[in-house]
Amino acid sequence: MIQGSNMAECHPVGFRWVMEAKNRGATIVHVDPRFTRTSAVADIHVPIRAGSDIAFLGGIVNYIITHERYFRDYVVHYTNAAAIVSPDFQDTEDLDGLFSGYNPETRHYDMRSWEYEGQQRSPVVETHQEYHELTGEPWSEGPPQARAEHYDETLQHPRCVFQIVKRHFSRYTPEVVEQICGVPRDLFLKVAQTLCDNSGRERTSAFCYAVGWTQHTVGVQYIRTAAIVQMLLGNMGRPGGGILALRGHTSIQGSTDIPTLYDLLPGYLPMAKGQYDADFGQYAFHNTGRAGTWSSFPAYAVSLLKAWYGDAARADNDWAFHYLPHITGNHSHLMTVAAMADGRVRGYFVMGENPVVGTVHSALHSKGLRALEWLVVRDFAPTETVEFWRTGPEIARGEVRPEEIKTEVFFFPAAAPTEKDGSFTNTQRLLQWHHKAIEPPGDCRSELHFMYHLGRRLKRLYAGSADPKDRPILDLVWDYPTIGAIAEPDAEAVLREINGYTVADGKLLSRYQELNDDGSTACGCWIYCGCYAGGVNRPARRRPRTEQTWVAPEWAWAWPSNIRLMYNRASADPGGRPWSERKKYVWWDAEGGRWTGYDHPDIVEAKPPSYRPGPDAEGMDLLSGTDPFSLHADGKAWMFAPAGLVDGPLPTHYEPQESVIRSPLYGQQCNPARLEWDRPDNPYHRAYNDPRFPYVLTTYRLTEHHTAGGMTRWLSWLSELQPEMFCEVSPELAREKGLRNGGWATITTARGEIEVRVLVTDRIPPLRLEGRTVHQIGLPYHWGSRGLVRGEAANALLPFVADPNVSIMESKALTGNIEPGRRGRGRRVVTSGPIVPPLDHDGAPRDLRPPASGAGSGKRPRER
Amino acid sequence: MRDWRTLLSQWPVARQLQQRDPTALGSAAFSPRSRDLRPRTATADRVVRSVCPYCGVGCGQLVYVKDGKITDIEGDPDSPISAGCLCPKGAATFQLVTGAHRVHHVLYRRPHGTQWETIPLEVAMDMVADRVRKTRDETWEDRTPEGALARRTLGIAHLGGATLDNEENYLIKKLFTALGIVQIDNQARI
Repeated sequence: MIQGSNMAECHPVGFRWVMEAKNRGATIVHVDPRFTRTSAVADIHVPIRAGSDIAFLGGIVNYIITHERYFRDYVVHYTNAAAIVSPDFQDTEDLDGLFSGYNPETRHYDMRSWEYEGQQRSPVVETHQEYHELTGEPWSEGPPQARAEHYDETLQHPRCVFQIVKRHFSRYTPEVVEQICGVPRDLFLKVAQTLCDNSGRERTSAFCYAVGWTQHTVGVQYIRTAAIVQMLLGNMGRPGGGILALRGHTSIQGSTDIPTLYDLLPGYLPMAKGQYDADFGQYAFHNTGRAGTWSSFPAYAVSLLKAWYGDAARADNDWAFHYLPHITGNHSHLMTVAAMADGRVRGYFVMGENPVVGTVHSALHSKGLRALEWLVVRDFAPTETVEFWRTGPEIARGEVRPEEIKTEVFFFPAAAPTEKDGSFTNTQRLLQWHHKAIEPPGDCRSELHFMYHLGRRLKRLYAGSADPKDRPILDLVWDYPTIGAIAEPDAEAVLREINGYTVADGKLLSRYQELNDDGSTACGCWIYCGCYAGGVNRPARRRPRTEQTWVAPEWAWAWPSNIRLMYNRASADPGGRPWSERKKYVWWDAEGGRWTGYDHPDIVEAKPPSYRPGPDAEGMDLLSGTDPFSLHADGKAWMFAPAGLVDGPLPTHYEPQESVIRSPLYGQQCNPARLEWDRPDNPYHRAYNDPRFPYVLTTYRLTEHHTAGGMTRWLSWLSELQPEMFCEVSPELAREKGLRNGGWATITTARGEIEVRVLVTDRIPPLRLEGRTVHQIGLPYHWGSRGLVRGEAANALLPFVADPNVSIMESKALTGNIEPGRRGRGRRVVTSGPIVPPLDHDGAPRDLRPPASGAGSGKRPRER
Repeated sequence: MRDWRTLLSQWPVARQLQQRDPTALGSAAFSPRSRDLRPRTATADRVVRSVCPYCGVGCGQLVYVKDGKITDIEGDPDSPISAGCLCPKGAATFQLVTGAHRVHHVLYRRPHGTQWETIPLEVAMDMVADRVRKTRDETWEDRTPEGALARRTLGIAHLGGATLDNEENYLIKKLFTALGIVQIDNQARI
C-alpha cells in the first residue's frame, strides 16, 4: 500500500524494490488524488479526496474487524487490544466528534480519562496536564510510561481496547468511505480484501507514506490509523511488513535523532520544561519509564550532560542540569516565524533550508525576515530566503523597498558533501559515512567548521565572565582536533563523542546498555551508542551487498544496536518460533538459550519466550519474553494510545481546516486541538462550502526538483527537465473554467495569489461526493524568484495551521480558486492588506462548542 | 606519405567488408580515436565513497577525482540500498557540487542596503559572533514573566538540519543549547 506518497517519482531508487517485489508476485496499491507514475505501475489505483485518508483507513479497520480478518494470536499477545481502559473514557461516537476530557475554553484535552483502568498515575500524563494548565500549549513528547493493570485476553470486555476500537470504527462503513473519500464502494472493498489476503502467518503487507500523510492538521493520526491496520493484521516487526516513512532529505532522520528541533535533546530526550523540571531529579522523574528501554532514562541523560559539560557536570551539582535552557510552550518553526513577524526575534540562522519557498505562507515569512536585526543563511547559492530584501515578490511589486528593510544579512557559502567527512542517517535509520573527496573552494566551509569556529569565538568573547548565565559556554566541551590548512574539525572525533566513552579512560563504548547514571560514561546520543564500537567507524562499513546476506548487516550501521528491523521479536510467535517458514526472521534458539536469526534480535538476547517478570522486577526485566515493543513500558503495540498524543487516543476523521464538505460524521468539523494562528495576516477560508474558494488544492513534488529547490533549480540538467511552475487540472474543470492546456491561470487563496501554467490532464480526476462533483487542483511547490528556472511559490497560498502533536503545517488539503489568465498587475499578498473581502463565518463552524470569547474564525488566538 | 593499402584499409566500405560488418553498426563504426576512448572514470586518481545528498533513501555514490578535481559521480554498485542506481537528482550531484552556480565568498548586505558586498570569511565570522553575544545578552531571561525557569534567549532562532551531517547537527544543538537558544527547528517539521 502506497498512500500519501508518489514513491516512483519522489523516491525512485527506493521504488526499485517495490518493482522487484511486484516482479515476484506482490500486489501494489496506490491511493492518491493524482494518477502518477506510481499509479501507472500499481495493480490498483484509488483516486481519493485529499484530506480524507483516515476515513479510508478507518474503513479498512472496520472491514478487518467486521469480517474477522485480524491475526488473533498477534493481536492478543503483541498489542494492547486486551487492556482494559478507564470507565471515564468516552468516545467521539458518544460526544459528536470529541473525546472525553475536552475543554472548549483552552481547546485542550485533559487526558486522564484515556488511561488504563486502575493504572498507577503516570507522571507523563500528570505533567501533560500541568503543562497544559500552565502554558495552554500542547506537549506530546516524553517516553510513554503506561502499563495496563487489567487484561481480558478473550477481547470481550466492553472496555477492553479491542472492543473500543471496534465500536469506534464501526461507523466507517464502505458507504461512509464513499461519502467522505469519493472512493466507490467496490473499489474500496477490493483494496480491503487484497490487504487482508496478503497478511497473516504466511504473508505480510507494508505501508509506504510520505508527507502526503504528515502535512495535515490531523497528520499524526493518519499514521496512527495505518498502525492500527498493521497491528490488527500482524504486520509489524515482521519482514515485508511495517509502516515506512519515505523521508525527503538525506539526513532528515539524523536531524531528528540528533535533533535540530526545539523540543528534544539527542536521542529523543525531552527538553527541560520550565514549569516543572526544576532540577535533574524532577526531570528524570518525569521522563523515566517504569519498564522497557526508557527505564534507563537517567543513564542516557547523565551521559549526555557529561559529553557536553565534562568535569563541570558532577553528582553534587545535579550533572550541570541547570546549564540547560528550559522551554515553556511551543517554540517550533511556525511559532517562531509568527513571533519574528511581530518583532520578537532579532537574529536568525538558516542552514541548508529555504523556508520562504519550502514552508507555508511565503509572505508571512518575508514579513518575519524584514523584522529581524540580522539573518545568517548558509547554502550553495543565494536562495529566496537570503534574497528576500532584493528579489522577493513584495519588492518586485514595489510594495516594499529594500531601503526600508533594516535587516543585516550574511550569506555564507557552504561546502558540498563531497568536500567534507560526515554521516547521514537515511530513512531506514541507517548511518552512512560519506568521505571527503576534495577541499572546498574559496571560502566555502562545512557547517561543522562554521559551528566549531563560531563556538571558539564565543568562548573567547565570554572568557573571564563571572555571570552564571555564561558558565555553560565556558564549560562546554569543545576541543575537537582540526585537520588541514582551513582547520576543519575532525568529524570522526565528533562521531566518537556521539558514540560515547568511559570518562575515566576514554574507552569507546560498544552498546547503549553500557551507559551509567553515575557520571562514569559520556555519550552524545544514546541511540547512536555502538556506531564507533571497537574504534571502528561502523557507518563507513561498505561490505558489498553480494558478499553478505539480504539483511546486509555489514553495510553501514543502523540505530539502535545495528537492528535493521525494529521490534523483530514480533516476527516469531509467543513461543519464539517463526510464524511461518516463509516469514522467518528471528527466533528463539532453545539449545543455545538465546535469540538468533538473520538480524540482531530486538529483545534481551538471553530472555526466553517463557520469561515472566517476578514481583520485584524492574526496568527491562519488567517486560516478559513475549513483549516485542520495548520502547513502551508495557512492551505492547498500542492500538489505543493511553498517553503521548494530545488530540485523542484513537484516530478520528476530521475535515481539513478548509474543506469542500461539512463533516458527514460529527458536529465537530476539524481537529479540536489543531494549532491555529488567528491573526489578520493569516486569514482562513470558511470551514466548508466557501463560495469564493470552491476547489480542493493539494501540493506535491516532482522527480527533477528537490523540496524548495535550493539543490536543483540552479542546475541546468534538472531545470531543463522541469522548467516552469504549473498546475494540474482535469479536462472537466478546464471546460468549466475555460482553462487552456499550456495557457495561464491564476490561483487564489485568502493568503496570496500566484500565476501558473495550466496542465490539463486526466491524471487528476474529479470525484463524486454527496451527489456533486468535487474538483481537485495539483500544485508542485518547488519554484521561487531565484535560480535558473523561476515560478511563483505554491506555498504563498497556504495558511499557518498545524497538527497539534508535531506542529507540522497542513499543505496537502486546502481550498482555493482558479481563474484563466495571468494575475492582474499590482495585486498583492495578505501581509499588505486583505486580498478578498472577509466572509461571515457563522453557519460553518469548525468546532462543536466554540469558546464564547472567540473572535474572527471563532478561535481564541493561539500564540503567546 | 602513407601507403595506398593503408589508405584503402581505412576506407569505410573496405572496413565494412573486411570486418564482415555490412551495416557498419559494429566494429566498423569505430575510428582509431573512438576505439581508444575511455570513460573519464577509468583514469581517476581516486574513487571516494559517498552518499547521495538529496532524498532520504541514501543511495551509494562513487566520487571520481583526478588532479584534485571531481571528474564524475556515479552510483555505487556495492550498495544494498541502490545497487548502483541513481535517480535524475542523484545523477546530477556532479553538477550540484561542481557547478558555476556555487558562490565561493561570503556576501554581506548592510541594513537598508540595496546590494550585496563581498567580505572576508574571518571578518564575517567575527561579526556573527559579536551579534550572537550582543543579542543573547540583551534578550537573556533567567525566568519567564510568569516565573517559570527559562535560562534562555528568545532573541535568536535557528532553522535547518535535514541536509546536514549528523556531526554538524550535533554541534549546532550542542552550541546553541549552551548559548540558551531554544527556537531550533528543521525540515522534519515540514
